[in-house]
Amino acid sequence: MSQAIISAPIEHVVPRQRPDWLAHIVLAIGVLLFALPVWLVFAGSTQDSGAITRGELSLLPSLDLSAYPRVLLHGSMGTEPVWHMLLVSGGMALAIALGKIVISILSAYAVVFFRFPFRHAAFWLIFITLMLPVEVRIIPTYSVMANFGLINSFTGLTVPLIASATATLLFRQVFVAIPDELVEAARMDGAGPLRFLRDILIPVSAANIAALFVILFVYGWNQYLWPLLVATDPGLDTIVIGIVKMIGVETQTDWSSVMATAVLALLPPIVVVVLMQRWFVAGLTEGEK
Amino acid sequence: MERRTVFEGWLLPVLLVLPQLLLTGFFFLWPAGEAIWSSLIRADPFGLGSTFVGLENFSELFSDPLYVDSIIRTVIFCAAVSLLSMSVALLLAVFADRHIAGRAIYRTLLIWPYAVAPAVSAVLWLFILNPQVGLLGRWLNSRGIAWDYTINGGQAMLMVIVASAWKQVSYNFIFFLAGLQSIPRAVVEAARMDGAKGWHRFRTITFPLLSPTTFFLLVVNLVYAAFDTFGTIYALTHGGPGKDTETLVIKVYRDGVVNLDLGSSSAQSVVLMAGVIALTAIQFRFIGRRTSA
Repeated sequence: MSQAIISAPIEHVVPRQRPDWLAHIVLAIGVLLFALPVWLVFAGSTQDSGAITRGELSLLPSLDLSAYPRVLLHGSMGTEPVWHMLLVSGGMALAIALGKIVISILSAYAVVFFRFPFRHAAFWLIFITLMLPVEVRIIPTYSVMANFGLINSFTGLTVPLIASATATLLFRQVFVAIPDELVEAARMDGAGPLRFLRDILIPVSAANIAALFVILFVYGWNQYLWPLLVATDPGLDTIVIGIVKMIGVETQTDWSSVMATAVLALLPPIVVVVLMQRWFVAGLTEGEK
Repeated sequence: MERRTVFEGWLLPVLLVLPQLLLTGFFFLWPAGEAIWSSLIRADPFGLGSTFVGLENFSELFSDPLYVDSIIRTVIFCAAVSLLSMSVALLLAVFADRHIAGRAIYRTLLIWPYAVAPAVSAVLWLFILNPQVGLLGRWLNSRGIAWDYTINGGQAMLMVIVASAWKQVSYNFIFFLAGLQSIPRAVVEAARMDGAKGWHRFRTITFPLLSPTTFFLLVVNLVYAAFDTFGTIYALTHGGPGKDTETLVIKVYRDGVVNLDLGSSSAQSVVLMAGVIALTAIQFRFIGRRTSA
């Protein structure tokens, strides 16, 4: 399955006639539809803010990249410097992705490889969180956070998002499919439960972990409502929060800075997805059977 | 499904599952419980105490024309976003599934928008559709078409639909392509032998065989459009002009965080929870598949 998505084996080679122009045209339009908005923002980041305000935004970039060091070091219109926002976003995305992976592996391992009291109850408790996205529990979650004193803290920004039913379900599925022989062989060799987890289970699920990492990194990086809710301190502004703040300024918007910031907000998750495309696509569609 | 071989002991597994359970308890179950509880009570105007009012918050909610409007708006928005993003994705997937030169490159170039944050896709579309700054928005106005989504509700709705659907196309594309590739070649070949041509073959063979994927994506897209688009809509319009793009999630946020109407906001949260639970149940009942993160 995973291979099929990346490079479908061509079983019946269709005799090559002339190129399939229709397919090329449709796909090229699709590619342009995605690329154009990003290209426009990049082009704008190299243009003069005054000109953009006057409505002279153009698809042709200039060679002036000075907006990038400017926003990275100083921010724009009173925001935090963009390097700091990138740091907060990166930290948040990594903490959420790694945190979710670690606690999901541990709980899926416990549920699959042990028999303990309330095992099913524990699994169902985790499962129902799937039905409670943050959007539906905005206010009460805020008050719980306030009780814990987690408002305006990096812990508050990340830890509540670490619980993950999806990741637990995925790892459960992977672990259930591990052959019994492998477990028995490991036990015969005298491997305890923790060594089995570390030396066998984690290495064999490496591809799933990589795929999940991409999905969760993007999820963490792209959060908007949660940081908006729990972090009002500008020092905790993520890049996504920062860019929305910048476009909210009605007058005297420094457009080239806004566009440079948008490019910087886009790049990291796109780089992660493109570099890890192989695992990501397989992992996303796998387990759908 | 159960494993035959397991490890002994109960203390270790309990410790292993504990972190997940603690987070779930504190940040999911407790707030959900609190939402249900505060949807049943009403604080007195001086904040001195509260009384149990049963389902009164709910009956008030559903008799509020503003809330009913918001429900209708959300349904239209979700249907439009799902239809638009799924049909574009299906079209692209059908052509990307053909044996053409450079298809690996096409795929990469169609997959990356998955990584764009909903709020950032709003920023991208601002530069296209803003009446003063945006490329297309300015052009429309110069042609004498009055385009300004900050005052025209219909245009604002159109804009948030386009920006939300745009970002979701690649997710759908990935799944449609995987679905198309899992259709046995022999079936398609047989249809080809029988002389079924392009569109006819797609309509009678491919599309029906793709229906599990289509149905799964429909549920995922409805959930996406209902909940994950908060960033897109809030960044572009804040739910305005007036309330013209105020979907249910935007309304919960405005009523709860901005206007501090806790009873109503909690009742709205409970209604939304019921909605997600229904959609998730449908998904697991009929297809047994998971959604994204």
